[in-house]
Amino acid sequence: MYPANFDYKRPATVDEAVALLAQHGDAAKLLAGGHSLIPAMKLRLAQPKVVVDIGRISTLSYIREAGGKLAIGAMTTHQEIAASRLLQDKCPLLPETASHIGDVQVRNKGTIGGSLAHADPAADYPATILALDAEIEVAGPNGRRTIRAGDFFVDLLQTAIAANELITEIRVPVTAKTVAYVKTEQKASGFALAGVAAVISPSGVRVGVTGIAAKAYRATGVEQALKGQMTANAIALAATHAADGVEPLSDIHASAEYRAHLAQVNTRRALERAVSRG
Amino acid sequence: MPIPVRLRVNNTPREHTIEPRVLLVHYLRDHCNLTGTHVGCETGICGACTVLVDGKAVKSCTVFAVQADGSDVTTIEGLATNGHLHPVQQGFWDRHGLQCGYCTPGMIMASVHLLATGAAGSREAIAEGLRGNLCRCTGYSHIIDAVQNAQQAANAEVARA
Ligand code: FES
Ligand code: FES
Repeated sequence: MYPANFDYKRPATVDEAVALLAQHGDAAKLLAGGHSLIPAMKLRLAQPKVVVDIGRISTLSYIREAGGKLAIGAMTTHQEIAASRLLQDKCPLLPETASHIGDVQVRNKGTIGGSLAHADPAADYPATILALDAEIEVAGPNGRRTIRAGDFFVDLLQTAIAANELITEIRVPVTAKTVAYVKTEQKASGFALAGVAAVISPSGVRVGVTGIAAKAYRATGVEQALKGQMTANAIALAATHAADGVEPLSDIHASAEYRAHLAQVNTRRALERAVSRG
Repeated sequence: MPIPVRLRVNNTPREHTIEPRVLLVHYLRDHCNLTGTHVGCETGICGACTVLVDGKAVKSCTVFAVQADGSDVTTIEGLATNGHLHPVQQGFWDRHGLQCGYCTPGMIMASVHLLATGAAGSREAIAEGLRGNLCRCTGYSHIIDAVQNAQQAANAEVARA
């Protein structure tokens, strides 16, 4: 399975990467860890003329606390996120989610920026990014701008990133321990059939859901139904709204009905687990 | 357009001019003639192609060789020293961690990484650590035995030192 031929560019800086995107336009594709793009290229679903490898831009790989938030460079690997003491301490939902992605080898190579930009409807991070109300910073020809998680996922494999932009940083808030990510996975690939991220904070509850629909979404029906009540009964009742208003996907792994059911079950479990960690 | 790649494979510097689309696994097999690294699924699922790049286990069918430019790559051929099997290889030998052997190079490289990262603390942890490696023959139990065996050997080594 050889991909079609391409020209390979390896910019050393974000500015160089932006310039390459500007120069090659639609003909170019960004390569991060490669675990989304390379499989697509092998199947020739993607045949970029130019591949811009940003995986080695060292200034995009970090995890640090800044301005009361946690900032993560786009080229930080899933493994680095899963193992980060700082994140385990201050935003444990992110490392918990990262540790669920694929397998060791995939986590050693895949990056958070690459995963988010690909926007696979069954990826794990999107649920968590939504539940954390994260910010995604992108760089383009006009400098940097920030996209809120709620505006980021547009449709199946489509995000609010423009063709001439790349993700530089993901910012998440400091949270309490009352968070959880629960998923049912497709056994062979590890992708989510239904992944639910829950964040319980003094300002309210946020629930993100992935794997169910063409794009990850906030389960606002669940959030509203809870009205701040976190009893077992309230949670069970609220969780029945986990797939309200969405059109669940259907494929050989799970029917739409089954996916909607899993969304409800995992929402209940994620909320229960988050409460139990308080 | 072919471009130069320079990397160290099992401590030997290598330099080739290759098409950027060449996957690391094909680079190792076809350009370096190191056929110990196997190709199973070629879709990133089975782990037969696992090698270490700068000490980290990766699936070499899902990495372009040019991405590893400048890196240190370790394959199954690079484990034994002076005719002595690596403790993980010895563990697979002693505990019958293989049958047909197709998955074995990848299993062993993933296990080496697992032991190096200290993530092999229990049978469950080893099973989780090797979930990216599929085996059609053994039923996995002997593979876990083999990794535990290697770990005990390594611990005994440390105790002796
Ligand atoms: S051949 Fe690479 S994962 Fe199967
Ligand atoms: S020994 Fe045959 S596939 Fe593992």
